[in-house]
Amino acid sequence: MLNYLWAGMILLGIIVGALTGNLDGITNAALDSAAEAITVGITMLGIMAMWTGLMRIAENSGMIVAISQKMGPLLRYLFPDLRPKSKALEYISTNLIANVLGLGWAATPAGLKAMEELQKINGGKNVASKEMCMFLIINMSSLQIVTISVLAYRAQYNSLSPSEIIGPGFLATLISTIFAVAYTKFMERRVFGR
Amino acid sequence: MSILLLLSDMMIPLTIMGIVAYGLLKRDKVYDSFIDGAMDGMKITFNILPTLIGLMVAVGVLRASGTLDLLAGFLAPMTRLVGFPEEAMPLTLMRLVSSSAATGLQLDVYATHGPDSFIGRFVSVMMSSTETVFYTFSVYFLHVGITKTRYTMSGAILANIVSIAASLIITVLVFG
Repeated sequence: MLNYLWAGMILLGIIVGALTGNLDGITNAALDSAAEAITVGITMLGIMAMWTGLMRIAENSGMIVAISQKMGPLLRYLFPDLRPKSKALEYISTNLIANVLGLGWAATPAGLKAMEELQKINGGKNVASKEMCMFLIINMSSLQIVTISVLAYRAQYNSLSPSEIIGPGFLATLISTIFAVAYTKFMERRVFGR
Repeated sequence: MSILLLLSDMMIPLTIMGIVAYGLLKRDKVYDSFIDGAMDGMKITFNILPTLIGLMVAVGVLRASGTLDLLAGFLAPMTRLVGFPEEAMPLTLMRLVSSSAATGLQLDVYATHGPDSFIGRFVSVMMSSTETVFYTFSVYFLHVGITKTRYTMSGAILANIVSIAASLIITVLVFG
């Protein structure tokens, strides 16, 4: 899937670019993007290290365990087959909380650690386990309660009421997340047969 | 509004303070822990760099080619039928692949139509309830070497379509 998706984006881009006579633009875009990735990566190196450093403190002090126990019922519903108190669940709860609070940079390292733990349980296969599917689908359905950047941009463009979209935004997020969980549970039953 | 912005300004400092204070309280060697964890974070970032390069090149090529605008034009007759604001289509598609590019288009909408116009409000709600699917998808899966992703992509895309539809309906109902 990933291989086809990636190849599809590149091939489609180049073919359309050739048809619209925009191959120059494509050349620049490819080179610039590759360079930009390293710039992003260097910024990321610092910020991710800061969050994983703090995360390690929260781990060693027992804070993460305490939080993931509070989220117990929700986690058991989403991931019934994961052992309670497993490392995977701890990282998953850290990731979910960071997402809900809108700390995107903190969510990524926790999410990647969660994937590593899930992959250990998965036995290193190249096929996604059902926990991975659930974890990623709810991650990609957006969990953030208030998207502050949207408020800030609205204020910047002189909205009379930048915050009027908080309620609607939250409702839309809620609907899509509930849909995401329902769809995943439905597919789990179809694919894994239970 | 100002309370929310204040709260969001305080979010990161408070989170950091909470973690460090809790660590001290539990007699953790906080600085040692931090350094240990930071090293781990650097390794993680280093490992996802190749994924990031591949991802950004693909997104860059797709963006520069104008494929998304073509696709938006192609979808326009259908979206018009359900009352979907046409100008928001490129943004809706871009949202899936690139957060920064989507933000640029979002600001264009605010500048052209105003944040309090119907389309401005719709775009605000939509940006609040969707994610950059392709980034999370490829970085998370490739990090652990998963290539067969089962129903993850369909789930993420469907959840996003639901988000977009819900945003439109809610914007119509609330702001008319």
